[in-house]
Amino acid sequence: MKRYNNIFNKMLLLLLLAFSFGCTEDYLDETEEYTIDSENYFNSEEDYYNAMIGVYDILQSTYVNVLLGEIASDNTLSGGESANDVIGFQQVDEMTHTPVNDNLDDVWDWNFAGVQRANYVLEFQDKTDFEGREMIIAEVRFLRAYFTFELVKWFGPIPIKGDERFVLGDETSVPRASTEEVYAQIESDLQFAIDNLNYTAPETGRATKGAAMALLGKAHLYQEEFDEAANVLTDLIENGPYALADFDTLFLQEGENNEESVFEVQYTGEEGAGFGCLQCSEGNVAVGFQGIRNYSGPVFEPGFSFNVPTQEAYDMFTEDDIRREPSILDIEAWAAETGATYAEGYKHTGYFNRKYLPRENDNVGDANLTQPNNYRSIRYADVLLMAAEALNRGGIDDSEARTYLNEVRERAGLDGVDAAGNALTEIIYEERRKELVGEGHRFFDLVRTGRAADNIEGFTAGKNELFPIPLEEIEFSQGNWEQNPGY
Amino acid sequence: MNRILVLILFCIGTFSLQAQNFSVSGTVDEADTGLPLPGVNIILKNTTNGVVTDFDGNYTINNIAAGDVLVFSYVGFLPQEITVGENQTEINVSLKTDSAALDEVVVIGYGTQQKKDITGAVSVVSNETIEQLNPIKVEQALQGTAAGVNVTPSSGAPGAGININIRGIASNSENGPLVLIDGYQGDLNTINPNDIESISILKDAQAAIYGIAGANGVVLVTTKSGKKNTAPTIQYDAYVGVQETSRELPLLNATEYGLLLNESYANNGQALPFPNVSELGRGTNFQEEVFDTSPIMSHNLTLNGGSEKVTYSFGVSHLDQEGIIGAKKSDFQRSTARFNIGVDISDAFTFTGNTIYTSIDRRSINENGLGSVLFNALNIPPTFGVDQEDVNGTLGNEIINPLSQIENTFNDYNLNKFNGSFSLDYMPIDELTFTSRIGYSLSTSKGKDFAPIIDYGPGKVFNNVRSTVNQNRINDNSYTYDLFGTYENTFDETHHLTGTAGMTVIRNWGDGLYATGYDVPNNSWDFADISLTTGTNDGLNNSAYKYDIRKLSFFGRLQYDYKGKYLVSGMLRRDASTRFGPENRVGYFPSATAGWILSEEDFLSDSNVISFLKLRGSFGILGNDEAGGAEFYRSLLNGEATYVLDGNLVNGTALGRIANPASGWEEAEKTNIGIDLRLLNNKIDISADVFREDRKDLLVAGIPVSGIFGGGAPGSGAPTINAGTTRNEGLEFAINYKENFGDDIRVGVGYNATFLRNEVTEVNGTEFLPGGQFGVGQPQPARFQEGFPIGYFYGYETDGIFQNQAEVDAHPSQETLGAAASPGDIRYVDTNGDGVINVDDRTNIGDPIPTATMGLNLNFSYKNFDFTAYTYASLGNDMVRNYERNQPNVNRHAYYLERWTGPGTSNEVPRVTTGATSNVAFSDFYVEDASYARIQNVQIGYSLPETFLEKTGINRLRIYTSVQNLYTFTNYKGFDPSASTGEAIGGGIDYGFYPVPRIFLAGLNLNF
Repeated sequence: MKRYNNIFNKMLLLLLLAFSFGCTEDYLDETEEYTIDSENYFNSEEDYYNAMIGVYDILQSTYVNVLLGEIASDNTLSGGESANDVIGFQQVDEMTHTPVNDNLDDVWDWNFAGVQRANYVLEFQDKTDFEGREMIIAEVRFLRAYFTFELVKWFGPIPIKGDERFVLGDETSVPRASTEEVYAQIESDLQFAIDNLNYTAPETGRATKGAAMALLGKAHLYQEEFDEAANVLTDLIENGPYALADFDTLFLQEGENNEESVFEVQYTGEEGAGFGCLQCSEGNVAVGFQGIRNYSGPVFEPGFSFNVPTQEAYDMFTEDDIRREPSILDIEAWAAETGATYAEGYKHTGYFNRKYLPRENDNVGDANLTQPNNYRSIRYADVLLMAAEALNRGGIDDSEARTYLNEVRERAGLDGVDAAGNALTEIIYEERRKELVGEGHRFFDLVRTGRAADNIEGFTAGKNELFPIPLEEIEFSQGNWEQNPGY
Repeated sequence: MNRILVLILFCIGTFSLQAQNFSVSGTVDEADTGLPLPGVNIILKNTTNGVVTDFDGNYTINNIAAGDVLVFSYVGFLPQEITVGENQTEINVSLKTDSAALDEVVVIGYGTQQKKDITGAVSVVSNETIEQLNPIKVEQALQGTAAGVNVTPSSGAPGAGININIRGIASNSENGPLVLIDGYQGDLNTINPNDIESISILKDAQAAIYGIAGANGVVLVTTKSGKKNTAPTIQYDAYVGVQETSRELPLLNATEYGLLLNESYANNGQALPFPNVSELGRGTNFQEEVFDTSPIMSHNLTLNGGSEKVTYSFGVSHLDQEGIIGAKKSDFQRSTARFNIGVDISDAFTFTGNTIYTSIDRRSINENGLGSVLFNALNIPPTFGVDQEDVNGTLGNEIINPLSQIENTFNDYNLNKFNGSFSLDYMPIDELTFTSRIGYSLSTSKGKDFAPIIDYGPGKVFNNVRSTVNQNRINDNSYTYDLFGTYENTFDETHHLTGTAGMTVIRNWGDGLYATGYDVPNNSWDFADISLTTGTNDGLNNSAYKYDIRKLSFFGRLQYDYKGKYLVSGMLRRDASTRFGPENRVGYFPSATAGWILSEEDFLSDSNVISFLKLRGSFGILGNDEAGGAEFYRSLLNGEATYVLDGNLVNGTALGRIANPASGWEEAEKTNIGIDLRLLNNKIDISADVFREDRKDLLVAGIPVSGIFGGGAPGSGAPTINAGTTRNEGLEFAINYKENFGDDIRVGVGYNATFLRNEVTEVNGTEFLPGGQFGVGQPQPARFQEGFPIGYFYGYETDGIFQNQAEVDAHPSQETLGAAASPGDIRYVDTNGDGVINVDDRTNIGDPIPTATMGLNLNFSYKNFDFTAYTYASLGNDMVRNYERNQPNVNRHAYYLERWTGPGTSNEVPRVTTGATSNVAFSDFYVEDASYARIQNVQIGYSLPETFLEKTGINRLRIYTSVQNLYTFTNYKGFDPSASTGEAIGGGIDYGFYPVPRIFLAGLNLNF
């Protein structure tokens, strides 16, 4: 009896011990819950598509890049209601901006949000396979390149982390990658997109092979890699489906997503928006911001009179340049002609950025924030001018460069040019400014070609080429990120 | 199993074999007083042969042989064993009192400890206290009886939740203590108070043995069990009573209301609404109509007993309480059945099992919110008839006739729950015990509410054009598995060592299912079930959830004392919890305690004054994982992802609020220094503690972080991060005095007090966290902010009333608060002195945390009469008066009779006007001192003399009458200064709390 008891006891003890050892940490991983959260998504094609839409969504917030980029240039002045109206815009216009600037902070936050959403998809890109996955991944990589290119244009070296999301703590450990590393990722993303996308998108508004080629060309041009830029851009010109369209209607509703559109950020006025979350708007916020102050009259709707073109920008067009009227609105002439009334805002020049003015439409409130004008991010004219510049500046083929340049000039009703070498370069620069005025490119074109200090009042060479990293970002990084030079 | 069978057979065998033995009889009395002791158990050792002494302390036990051992035992007395001599037929015994419970054993978590050896801060509430207080819910028995424990009802409605805070509020989210019933995770909310043997409350680092779950304190409930070698006893307790509201607010009657409204309209240049006030009379008193006198009834039956090897305890109970508002529309029924058995399987193995079944049925009315029943009763004009609706829409959108509201309230909630535990103790040697124990709780509930088609008048938010019935089924389950060993030994008679080590596995899981049916047949509650509804609806009509939370823990504790004088203990627990991300789920929680029993030292051992003196201290790290974290370590996919493709809006998926994989538990650092002192032969018992708790890593929502995480994206946002710290420090004091005067008079007085200081010491990354609601469309009134108490009220400071235009002109403009001031308006203080009154002038205008709470409890008995009184006081807690709807036509509290009507008329209550004023801004005008003292329970009992009972077979019959919540002393204007929503930020905001009822009871206690 006693012996039996002992054996019984030992067996029991053994059983208990076995149970306790069996109960390892694995026990904690076996929980069953029905949740769909960030970590168990991407189970079907639909999941990938939906997450891709999330990345596209952020494109709409890049209105601020366009608006503020243009204000920074010599094309326009800040405008607005008074010297204190959106102080961040005012400071950038005067080149007195500091690391404390809400609007520059928006550029940083929103474009990084695009990168984060893209990397969320890429982190799980191999989780579920389906036909057409490469295409979605390619679009997402295009979008990552798009946001990253914006960030490197504005801020230079930025933290990058590859195909995964930033997680809390990375701000103190992931360094700012050099611009070379950043561009290397952009190029690789775009090459993947080129290899996996078609010239026509399954739905209007999605990225195409042509968009990726144009952006890759632009990225090379920004690095002054003229051979690579010329290769991809001429390839696009020769093989792509794009053509120049009628300039008069190019920036009207009817001109959206036409044959000249290589990549276009899509907006609509169907959904309401408020000042509490400008980036949430489905409309083009920049358009309302640069509308004519207190306007009452035909064709246009009123706005906040920011981003007003200078006299010089108006005057650069010759009388016979058909681009002048559709590009810049002479409000005095317009008022005289139509009887429209308006108020003069701060830094009133008498001109407005007509390409992106609010036009009469039935957008829902707040109507200032939900203008439906699509942003023509990359136009075929831009591609032609970039190709011309690469061919010329790279010393590759001035004749071909002239062909592309003249295509753009002729559409504008101007004669072709036959200059070569540096003279041709200057003409290409000038043509680029006229063709793309009001579209947010000028400041960065000046910077990348080393002409900013000569043209922009208040521009300090060695400092203003880049914008400052927002002060709170420097503080969050706890010394991990250094401020850009001069700030 | 075989062994039990053998044991039973053996027992029966012994019975039948003892034939030619004799009887022993005698008297048992109390050694101190010589009084006879009734109810003493006398049992023949190692048998089930036992008897109980009668009222004169006499007993007779049969079948005794010489050499047998008789065991005399009685609760509160030291047991005695006496060997029966040859033909010894009379044995008289004097039992000594168990020296003032110094040797009382206290449950401290994974073990017990003698009270004198405890080095942490532990309060004990015994079943005696529970019996005297006769609480409807257990939590009420902790109010005023245990120092450092603050109990606030969320409502006086039957069955409503009751909040417990131990040593203040430290967390910005979850402050309720961990509750363990017989070692497993439980819930005080459903347990029958009569099933409880004792409650231990671990208030300091002593609770660190519970690691990640111990920071809010731990309440250890031990349920009743039988005692070995006791004859079966049956106890029946019952009471019936009536309840009424403990308070009605003085409101304006119809005439006063008419005059006020006329004045208010006139002040804004509007036509008088009541040109003929004289015909209004007193009108309807809606409070009187709403409040009922309603019944309460309770039955409780317990059977206890035990033999040498087996103990058992059964209990059944039934409680039926109707609400003082809406009677059966807010009632509560609780039925419980309990079974406990303990079996010594062998010398080495002991089995204990117990099971409690609880069934709860509850109905409720709309409470403590805008448009709740009492809110409406206070705001509806007395000019309305009892059955009159606001058909002209004069009262805004929420205020409707509260009587119709009650009438149209239909709901039912039913809970069925099994909980209990099975435990096996294995003692291979005397010094070593292994315990393997599984505790479980399985509950299922169903709820139903029916919204009939109803029209209360134009624009009312309660109008319903389509009848619906909502139904739900919820399952909540948990188990707690413990495996631990305890080694206890004394070396060289001086070194006493106890070591405990083991593990705990906890799993909480469950699910819920909700559905809605449309178009209930006949628009009637009788037909309100989804099975009968046929209507369809475009939206989603059902929803469900599921959860599964697991914890795996290992712990160890070493207790050592030298000669019983110097005591130290150290504990360490390792917890892993699935409430947190996989990379951040493991925490270690160390603590240490020490004590010095000075009265054991030579210099005190002979003292006539000091019977016992102990100094003790503790320090440890504890955690709180209830604050959440599960929802923070991964993102939800609720970001906005809308784009335009093919010219149409397309919705996708995007990350929501930024995840924080590092989100973790709150960590508490607790320090306690205490003293236990007993004086004058243990008649006076004093405990005092000073304590400090630093609660760190509070989870704070919305902390700004770098933009690289995408928080700027639509629908995303700043993450929740462990970023806050609070400090609670205070003082606890308890004194108990017990004395017997002669044979007939016994007196006991207990007083305890807790003084508390609470402060948020750090909020990183954001200035404050807002909480609570005030009025309609006003900023949130409560804040969690560095340098202030948790949940302090943030608003304007007032400085009386403007008496004339000159005073208005002399004061900074108040226009930004809503309107330029006029004479009769509240004057706000320009706290920052910038010459204008605006939002920047808001400041700390009070907080809901009491600075001191105290209980004073009296026991007195004279011969067969007994008297007890329990009182409780709370000082320094503020409450926001938020039951006044800011609307021109509502009724008002009677303090408006003292309103400003001209220079010099009032410096407290502003003028009335229907025009715009800044008087509605959240200011200290709306914050009241809700300090109070309450006579919680007064009871007078009478035990029938034994001469009456001798022939009935009844051992004891006591009848009593009591009043609960007899009176509340307070200056607070609202219904109940003791109530709180229980929120850390936003508690103490009063929309018209359902007051606790005053209850008149008559009851009896019967023992067989």
